[in-house]
Amino acid sequence: MDDVKAIADLVKKEFGEKILSIDEFRGEFNLSVDADSISQVCQFLRDNPDTKFNFLAALTAVDFWPEEPRFRVVYELYSQENMLNLGLRVLVPGEDPNIPSIESVYPNANWHEREVYDMFGITFEGHSDLRRILMPHDWEGHPLRKDYPLGYEEVQFSFNFDEIDQRKRYARE
Amino acid sequence: MLQPEMELTVDELKHLVSNRAIEGDTMVLNMGPQHPSTHGVLRLLLELDGEKIITCIPDIGYLHSGIEKNMEAKSFEKVLVMTDRMDYLNNLGNNLAYCLAIEKLVDLDVPPRAQVIRVLLTELQRITSHLVFLGTHALDLAAMSVFLYCFREREIILDIFEMCSGQRMMTSYFRPGGLWRDVPEGFEEVVQNFLDIFPARIQQYEDLLSNNPLYLDRTKGIGVIPTDMALSWGATGPPLRASGIAYDVRKAQPYSGYEQYEFDIPTGENGDVYDRYIVRMEEMRQSVRIVQQALDNIPEGPFRSDNRKFVPPPRSELAHSMEAVIHHFKLWTEGFTAPKGEVYVPVESPKGLLGCYLVSDGGSNPYRVHFRTPSFANMQILPKISIGCLVADLVAIISSLDPVLGDVDR
Repeated sequence: MDDVKAIADLVKKEFGEKILSIDEFRGEFNLSVDADSISQVCQFLRDNPDTKFNFLAALTAVDFWPEEPRFRVVYELYSQENMLNLGLRVLVPGEDPNIPSIESVYPNANWHEREVYDMFGITFEGHSDLRRILMPHDWEGHPLRKDYPLGYEEVQFSFNFDEIDQRKRYARE
Repeated sequence: MLQPEMELTVDELKHLVSNRAIEGDTMVLNMGPQHPSTHGVLRLLLELDGEKIITCIPDIGYLHSGIEKNMEAKSFEKVLVMTDRMDYLNNLGNNLAYCLAIEKLVDLDVPPRAQVIRVLLTELQRITSHLVFLGTHALDLAAMSVFLYCFREREIILDIFEMCSGQRMMTSYFRPGGLWRDVPEGFEEVVQNFLDIFPARIQQYEDLLSNNPLYLDRTKGIGVIPTDMALSWGATGPPLRASGIAYDVRKAQPYSGYEQYEFDIPTGENGDVYDRYIVRMEEMRQSVRIVQQALDNIPEGPFRSDNRKFVPPPRSELAHSMEAVIHHFKLWTEGFTAPKGEVYVPVESPKGLLGCYLVSDGGSNPYRVHFRTPSFANMQILPKISIGCLVADLVAIISSLDPVLGDVDR
């Protein structure tokens, strides 16, 4: 099949209400998938002779804090035979974010899921080695969350000079 | 407050190494992060049985600089500057991926002249990236002279970039809607001069390496990526093509007018270090072909879009057009806004598939930018292919994957 829309409809027919919506923007099709069936949908897309999405190109997440559901996990699949891209989206609540891992379908999801865990604190059920990957292992917090500060240094003016001066860690005589 | 440094416990790593390491039968060795052959700050934990590698655990993140987080706090125009700093050997390629994503997001057309110059410069950039690969790869295998020759030719191309953008490496030359400015006078001539000498130089490098028995011993049959494993483990670019899969985004999903150019996708058969080297050598020749075709057909016309909502007006207009002053002021203070939506744009960087995922919430800053970087994805295959190798071969394998740690860690 060389038409993403037809593929999206095929998946919708197969999984019914597990596919929450089909969105189109600038010619890209994104399927919003129920979190529990993401692994099955990936399996279907990979193995079905009509779709053959044999390559997980990218896996990442977006934080919509303070909206709820807070996170959106993004999967970009590619079919080498049909030369098509298809996006999958999974909405994850902010409270105890946890979704199934797709490592069993696409082995290269391993590091990408570790990155999402590291940066957003979303845990992946069934992941073989869920550790931090980019940040130090004893880091606190998840940097790409929207409520995580960017870490600017506060500007020192005359009215808050002493207050900030006390917190500076430079050497003193 | 500085926290006392905590160490990883044995239990946390237990599932990664074999039982023999726990019992002290094999040796666990730390390689890197400061090690010349890891091409940056890659750290590897190796479990060794004598000289043989049993387990290899990459530990990345030493060059993590929070680029994606920083991008969220900058306007669309300013984000472009940070893309240069990811894969610092492929600055123009990163610029291109980001510009294409923006142009798709706001639905902006790029004039043909800009498209051709973009292709021309990114192909030159591909050559520089492969030259750095070749030089450092050969240097890791103790062939010093290749390194010097490669950097000599790379310098010519960097001079061309400097001519165009004023910068050798951090160019930021491609802007949403076209180019920063037109190519300077004499540009065609210097590119033509380079194209005239370069094919013979590629032959020189090949004469030094391709039939060198020492080089062949170190590379043939080493670090084989089996064809069925390559794509499922996320390898793209030369490592994938060396394993026999002809996947190249320039052919599969052409962007920026790549469908107009004639070029081949070189592939290997065995997927070993030697094939990855051969594939890159051939890619340099193909890039020369593309650059020549682009150079012969640079169309006349504007070098950037005249959609004033996204592209600043030329300075000459500011003197006599109130509208131009307003556009100029708006663009350089607030920046432009993009409609709410998300796009994903894949391009072929020298190292593989570079994907830019961009989310906008309707404001003038990107809500989220994610770069699917080829070095990060290709690095994941390293533990799989290095098992059973000697430590000396691991050096060859790392350099054949050609990671740039700025690209891995971002």
